[in-house]
Amino acid sequence: MTLAARPKAATTAERRERARGRGGRGAGRPPGEPRRIGWLYALPALLVYAAFLIWPLLHGAYFSLFEWDGLSPGTWTGLSNYSKALSDPTLRGAFLHALVLVVFYAVVPCCIAFVLVAAMSRSKIRGLTFFRTVLFLPQVVAMVAVAVAWQWIYSPGGPINDVLRWLHGLGLPDWSRGWLGDFTWALPAVGLIGTWVQIGLAMVLFMAGVQKIPRELYEAARIDGAGPVREFLAVTLPGLRRELAVALTLTTIAAMRNFDLIYLATSGGPGDATKVPAYEVYNRTFNTGEVGLASAIGIIIAVLIFTFTVLIGRFVEGRDR
Amino acid sequence: MLKQGLKPLRHGAVLSMAALAVLAAACTPGSDGDKPAAKAPSSVNTDIAKAGDVTLTVWDQEVRGGQNEQMERLNKAFQDKYPNVKIKRVSRSFNDLQKTLRLALSGDSPPDVVEANQGHGAMAQFVKAGMLLPLDNYDQVYGWKKRYPKGLTDLNSVSPDGKKIGTGGLYGVSINGEIVGIYYNKDKLSGLGVQPPKTWADFERALATAKGKGETPIAFGNLDKFPAIHNFGVIQDQLAPKDAVRRLVYGQGGSWTDGPNVQAAQKLSDWVKAGYFTKDANGVKYDDSPVNFSKGEGVFLIGGTWFAADLYKSMGDKVGFMLPPPAQAGGQPTTMGGESLPWSITAKSKHPDVAAAYINFISSPEAMDVSVETGNLPALAAPTKKPQGPVFTDIFGAWDVLSRNDGITPYLDYATPDFADALGGPLQELIAGRTSPRQAMDKAQQNYATFLRK
Repeated sequence: MTLAARPKAATTAERRERARGRGGRGAGRPPGEPRRIGWLYALPALLVYAAFLIWPLLHGAYFSLFEWDGLSPGTWTGLSNYSKALSDPTLRGAFLHALVLVVFYAVVPCCIAFVLVAAMSRSKIRGLTFFRTVLFLPQVVAMVAVAVAWQWIYSPGGPINDVLRWLHGLGLPDWSRGWLGDFTWALPAVGLIGTWVQIGLAMVLFMAGVQKIPRELYEAARIDGAGPVREFLAVTLPGLRRELAVALTLTTIAAMRNFDLIYLATSGGPGDATKVPAYEVYNRTFNTGEVGLASAIGIIIAVLIFTFTVLIGRFVEGRDR
Repeated sequence: MLKQGLKPLRHGAVLSMAALAVLAAACTPGSDGDKPAAKAPSSVNTDIAKAGDVTLTVWDQEVRGGQNEQMERLNKAFQDKYPNVKIKRVSRSFNDLQKTLRLALSGDSPPDVVEANQGHGAMAQFVKAGMLLPLDNYDQVYGWKKRYPKGLTDLNSVSPDGKKIGTGGLYGVSINGEIVGIYYNKDKLSGLGVQPPKTWADFERALATAKGKGETPIAFGNLDKFPAIHNFGVIQDQLAPKDAVRRLVYGQGGSWTDGPNVQAAQKLSDWVKAGYFTKDANGVKYDDSPVNFSKGEGVFLIGGTWFAADLYKSMGDKVGFMLPPPAQAGGQPTTMGGESLPWSITAKSKHPDVAAAYINFISSPEAMDVSVETGNLPALAAPTKKPQGPVFTDIFGAWDVLSRNDGITPYLDYATPDFADALGGPLQELIAGRTSPRQAMDKAQQNYATFLRK
């Protein structure tokens, strides 16, 4: 049996099973159970969901059709808030920044977490729980504390610049600067904070996933003479598709709705270099009194997140349809 | 077959129900605002003792040490004087209050007295929506406009349509003052052999001397985007006439690209290039600049009187405060500043007379004494109390000078709702050397012109 065949076969089997499940909905439903009563069970949750999620969402969508300052009567403007959100250079820039942050929040952490997990799954490490906890910790720390701590780390007198100045002393160019105040580096600097926060989440998900990959696959891989890289590509990666999808979904959402870090660390500055849509939702609602525009931005964020989620589901998890 | 047909139908039903629900709730958002009518002065009841049992709900943002104590003492004194009045105080941080106030004011039973911030971001919008009571008729009874200099009551005034600030009806009364000035490290100055500058030219010479001897002339942290506005404003006040600055901020004429404003930006940029500010100031937090200054970084610090308490705590007698020195020695100094958040009465308050009496009480001369005793800078000279600590003496003296010659210009970010961003951002770019002074002012002007056109 070739290495790649096993996981693939499993996926096909799974698909078939799922397909059978779908077909069974109409014909072979479990006996003695009218389907409609199922809705009754779900009703309380549905009501809460409708009241606190669907209703506000519709309300927001409705507000987005008005020019409204949040206080005095609004005027109906149709879709002009949406065209403004997409044509205003500041706001367009904000969406662009959000896409850059997706790389830092989602792509980079997942890659790093893969490396960590590959290392941990191959060899037995003493005190694994300890390392796992330490790597997960950034997820637990409140964003306020994260922002304040990193402001200090990036500050001109902070540890990063201390090291850079020390390197400068050894003959390297002087790379030290106020990172969060630098027009070129502020966005990547904020992004790296996100990377630091999200690695733990991705790693914990992958660790859990690795444990459910059958040991025999690894043994088979080793018998076939696969090195660490081959083993990772042929066994670990395919086995972690679902976890990868979950991790990418969660981290992408975190990137797209990233507000607190920007608000606390840079207020969108220097200039507009780190402005993101979620910050603009807040800014336009509370500072400039453009509630309609803010709602439109919020709806666009929601649509983008939804699109990303669908795409990730389709391409990473391999869900068809 | 039927079952298959049911599915899309059900979707349709859900959608149309949702659409119906939206339409049902869909009276235009925010549509229930009538302009409040002010009472004729003759019908104002000033005899609060006879007002019956009243609970006055007051929302303030005086949460910091001295200010909190000030309000607690004033509230207690008011209730002791009028036992029939109970004050229900809700105290939140500045930011929290600003965000919650909108919702509270648009609700059916808002608090009676609120601290609504000056400028287009808050007070002007509330006035436009008819949520604050005009106080002019109460002023005729209590005489607040006589009590305060015009510059200060103008700050709390808005045109009835909410389009212009600094003019129109009075919508609030403030009790404490604040100004942006120049702190200096006395030890460093004497180490440099420099006297505290008496003229603007002296000041620039002192900066050059400090730079020459390896000191950081001005401690500066601009990560938060808005702080450069203070430095820019202090420079602008020395280059542009105060009335021009006022007109500009109040939207009554002038442009950010006018000569003196561009020159001010040029001067700021020159100072950055000359190394007069903390290196990489755009990467340093605003709150860190007074800390660094107290640790010995920087001979000067351009900042507001709100830094004084902390600086005095860490530096004691070593820190001094002065107004930006005027062009000629002994000339009239001008700087940006203003007053604490105005106390306003909400349009839907059920006890506006009691609320007005309360506002009158907390802005009375006796209340100014309480302000000094609790370590604040009262908006009006306190009749009997003197402050403790040399830096506070400096500040009180400075406030007195400004009040007498009407030398306070409004904060520049009052100009539009998001001007802290719209001017602060370009100034950050200017400081980073990415734009020219003219381009920076062009950007600010764009935001300003767009807002004025509305």
